[in-house]
Amino acid sequence: MEKRQIKVTVNGEPRLVDVEPRLLLVHLLREGLGLTGTHIGCDTTSCGACTVLFDGQPVKSCTMLAVQTDGHEVTTVEGLAKASELDPVQEGFKEEHALQCGFCTSGMMMSAKALLMENPNPTEEDVRWALSGNLCRCTGYQNIVKAVLWAAKKMQSEAAV
Amino acid sequence: MAQPLDEIKIGGLGARRRRVEDDRFIRGKGTYVDDIKLPGMLYMEILRSPLAHARIKSIDTSKAWAIPGVRLVLTGEMAAQRNLAWMPTLSYDTQAVLATDKVRFQGQEVACVVADDPYIAKDGCEAIEVEYEPLPVIVNPEQALAPGAPVIRDDKEGQRDNICYQWEIGDKESTDRAFAQADVVSKLKLHYPRSHPSPIECCGSVADYNPATGKLTVYMTTQAPHIIRTAVSLVAELPEHMIRIIAPDIGGGFGNKVPVYPGYVCSILCSILLGKPVKWIEDKSGNLISTGFARDMYLEGELALRRDGKILAVRLDATTDNGAFFADAQPSKFKVGLLHSAFACYDIPYGHLTARGTYTNKAPGGVAYRCSFRVTEAMFFQERMIHAAASDLGMDPAEFRRINLVKDHQFPYRTAFGFLTDSGQYEKCLDVALEAIGYQDFLRQKERAKANGRLLGIGISTMTEPLGAGNSREYDILGIKMFDSAELRVHPTGKAILRTGARSQGQGHETTWAQIVSHELGIPADDVIVEEGDTDTAPFGMGTYASRSTPTAGAAVAMVARKIRAKARKLAAHLLEVSEEDVEWELGRFYVRGAPSRGVTIQECAMAAYSNMPDGMEPGLEGTAYYDPPNLTWPFACYVVTVEVDPETGVWDVLRTVAVDDCGVRINPMIVEGQIMGGLTEAYAMASMQFQTYDAEGNCIGSNYMDYLLPTAWETPGFELHEVVTPCPHHPIGAKGVGECACVGGPAAFVNAVMNAIEDTGVRNIDMPLLPDRVWEAITFRRDVSGAPPVRRD
Repeated sequence: MEKRQIKVTVNGEPRLVDVEPRLLLVHLLREGLGLTGTHIGCDTTSCGACTVLFDGQPVKSCTMLAVQTDGHEVTTVEGLAKASELDPVQEGFKEEHALQCGFCTSGMMMSAKALLMENPNPTEEDVRWALSGNLCRCTGYQNIVKAVLWAAKKMQSEAAV
Repeated sequence: MAQPLDEIKIGGLGARRRRVEDDRFIRGKGTYVDDIKLPGMLYMEILRSPLAHARIKSIDTSKAWAIPGVRLVLTGEMAAQRNLAWMPTLSYDTQAVLATDKVRFQGQEVACVVADDPYIAKDGCEAIEVEYEPLPVIVNPEQALAPGAPVIRDDKEGQRDNICYQWEIGDKESTDRAFAQADVVSKLKLHYPRSHPSPIECCGSVADYNPATGKLTVYMTTQAPHIIRTAVSLVAELPEHMIRIIAPDIGGGFGNKVPVYPGYVCSILCSILLGKPVKWIEDKSGNLISTGFARDMYLEGELALRRDGKILAVRLDATTDNGAFFADAQPSKFKVGLLHSAFACYDIPYGHLTARGTYTNKAPGGVAYRCSFRVTEAMFFQERMIHAAASDLGMDPAEFRRINLVKDHQFPYRTAFGFLTDSGQYEKCLDVALEAIGYQDFLRQKERAKANGRLLGIGISTMTEPLGAGNSREYDILGIKMFDSAELRVHPTGKAILRTGARSQGQGHETTWAQIVSHELGIPADDVIVEEGDTDTAPFGMGTYASRSTPTAGAAVAMVARKIRAKARKLAAHLLEVSEEDVEWELGRFYVRGAPSRGVTIQECAMAAYSNMPDGMEPGLEGTAYYDPPNLTWPFACYVVTVEVDPETGVWDVLRTVAVDDCGVRINPMIVEGQIMGGLTEAYAMASMQFQTYDAEGNCIGSNYMDYLLPTAWETPGFELHEVVTPCPHHPIGAKGVGECACVGGPAAFVNAVMNAIEDTGVRNIDMPLLPDRVWEAITFRRDVSGAPPVRRD
C-alpha cells in the first residue's frame, strides 16, 4: 500500500515518518517509533490502555490514524518523566499502590495527566469521571483515584514554592 | 555490640514496602509479549469461525497465498500432517488446534496466515474462503441433555451424548436421613453466569525456532511457563531441554492465561515451518469469544434445618456448561474442581454433591477465574443458600451464620466433604465486620427508610476458600504434581538473586519474595532481586493461579532461605572459631552464645562462603527448595454490603462495603490490601454487570467491551478494609492465600444486600448480574428472575 510522509512531534521531538494511510497511531508509536509504553488492550476505544495526549488532549491511539497526527504533537508515557525525575502522576501511582500488572497504567496516567493539566485541583468525583474511559482489572480504582489526588496535591505544593 | 536490625526498615515481614516492579511500569519500560521484537520476525493472524456449529465443506486459501507479503497460510489439514490438528486440554480432553471437519463454537480457529506485517496477515485471513454447512446449535445444558440432541463431540470415540463428566461425593445415605429428620428444608435454584476473566492484555506468543540449533524459544502470555514447556514437548515431540518458555511481564491473568490455546500452538508450528520468529497477538474480540471462560454453572441446593437454626445436612446438584471442549483448569482428581469446598466454614455433619458437565456449542469454559477451580461458584451458592435459609427460618442472617460457623476450638476441622480446615477465627471475623458496618444501627435505619418508601438492604458473605494447590498427594495438572520451588543465590558481597517457579502477573512477587528473604536472613530487601518466568533459569514450578504463590512458592522462598542460613551458620562458627552449637542467630547476624558482642553478619558469612570456607566445605552460598505443602491454606473472610434499591427503576447503589479478611500473616500489607480491593472490584462487576451471553445461534453477544460490560472508576464503589490474623499453622511464615478471596466471596454479599432490600416482595432469587431491568422485574411482578434458560434434571 502507498505510503505518505507525515511530520509529527512525539514527546517533544519532531519525527518525519512514512506511513500507510490505514496505519493506526498506536502502531506507529509502538512499531514505527519503538515506544512500547503505550499498550493495546481492546482495539475499540473502550479500555483506554492506549491513551496518549494529542495536542494536550487525551485520545485513544487505537482509533486514530497515524496520518491524522501530521503537524501535531503527541505525548506518550515515555514523555512523562524528565530524565530521572518522575512526573507527580507517576510518583503518585507508585506511592498509593495504584498498579499491579501495569498494563493499563500508562493509559491511566495519561488520562490523569490530561485532567490535572486542565484542572489542578480536582475532586474525587472529577477524578473518577476523568478516568471513566480507562479500564483496570487487577487493582480496582480506589488506589488509582488516590494516586491522582496525591499527584494533584504534590503539583500544588510544587507550584506554591 | 551491633544494633539489632529493624525488620520493617530493611523491608522484612510486615513492611509496607513500595513495589520495585512499579518503576518500569510507570515509565512505560515494561516488557510484555507484544513488546518483543526479534530480527526477521513475522506476524500471524487467526481466521475464526463465524458459526457456532457447522461442517466445513471446503477451505480455499489460494487468494490469501497470492497477497504479496504473505509467507504461510496454515490450515488444519496441514497441521494434521505434523500431528498437530488436535491437542490435549488440561482436563485430559482433546481440543482442535485448527478445525478440519467441523467447527464447534463461534470463534473457533480455522486457519492462520503469517505475513511480513500484521495488517497483511489480516488481509490474508479476509481472503480465505471457507464454505460451511450449518448444523443445529446447542447453547445450554438443557438442550445438550435433551433426548436426541446432536452429539457435539462425535470426534471422540465412544461419545454418544453431550455429557463430559458425571461425579458425586459425600455420604448420600446419612444426608438423606438428615433431610428426613429436618424441621425445615430450604431450597434454592441458581445460575452463576458465564463470565470472561478479561485481563486487559490479550493472549499472545512470539515463537522463535532456530533451525541451526534446534532450540525453540517462546515468549508467551502464560501463568505457568514450566507446565507449558512440558506440554509443548509432549505435543510437538520436541525434547524438553530444547524448549525455552519465557513469560515476560504479563498484563493480568486471572486464570485466563493458564490453558494452552490454539494460537500458541500455531505460532510455534509456523515458526518451525518457516524457521523464523512468528508473533501472534490476539485481538480483544478473539480473546473474548474464544479463550478462558469461567462459571456457567446451574445449581439446585437444599439445606436440612432444625428450627433453632442448626444446619443438619446439605445437598447440592450442579450442572455445568463446559463448551465444546472440556478444558477446565482443574486439579485432575476433582471433576468439578473444588466445588465440594462449599460450606467448609460451617459445621455441617453430612453432605452429598452430584455434578455433571455438558458439551455445548460455546467456547471451552471452566477456567479458574480468580479462584481455585470452581471455588467461586461454591462460595456463591453457599452464601446465597445461607441467606435464603435464614430467611426461611425467619432468623437474622448474621445470627444464623454465628450458630453454624465452625468454632475456634473445633480446629482442625474435617468437613462433610472431607477437607481439613486447620485454622481460623470465623466468629471474630464476623464480629469485626458487623461492628464496622454498624449492623444494628443499619437495621434500624432500614426500618425508618422503609416507612418513607425507600428500600435499603444489607448483605453478608462469610466464606473460607481452599487456596494454594498442592499438596502433591491430591493435586496435579496433567499428572505433574502440585508443589513449588525457589532458588536463592547469595553473592560474595551479600547481595542476592532469587528465582521461583511461580510467575507474577501483577501480584508483586518481586517485592514480596525479597521481603521473605529479608525476614529469614536479615539481608535488606533492596539487596535481593527476583526473577521469574524463564524456564531456562527458574526452577521447575507450577505457576501462579489459585492464589498459590504465597502458600507454595512463597513457602519455598522461606525454606530455601533457611537452607542458606543453615550453611551460613557453619561459616559463622568457622569465622568465630567456636563450635556450631555455640552459634546463635538473630536477624542478619550470628553471635557466640553468652558473648553477644562477638558476632558476624550474614554478609560476612556470604563473603566467607567464597573466600574463607572451612576445610572440606563446598564453596558458595546458594540453594534450591521444592516445597510440597502439607495442606491447602484456608483464609477466611466476611464481606458486608449495604445498598439502596430504587423500586421505580431497579437501579441499586452500593452505600458501603466492609471487608474483613483473615489471610494469616501479611508479608506486605499494602500489597495484600491491593489484592483485596482488586478482588472486590471484580466481585462488584460480577454482581452488577459482567456476564457473557449467547443468542440461540450461538453468537457470543459480548465480543467487545461495549457489549461485555466491565465497571469503571465511575461506577465502582469504595471499599473499607479490616483484618483478623490467624497464622496458618503449617506455612513456614504463617501466611495464607488472599488474591482471590474477595472475588470469590464478594459477589454473594452484593446480591444478598439487594435481596435483603426487596425481601418484602417475597422474591428469593435474581440471577447475576443484577441488572436494573431484572431487579425492576422482580419488584414489579414479585417473582424470581432467572438470567438463564432452565436446566433439565435427570
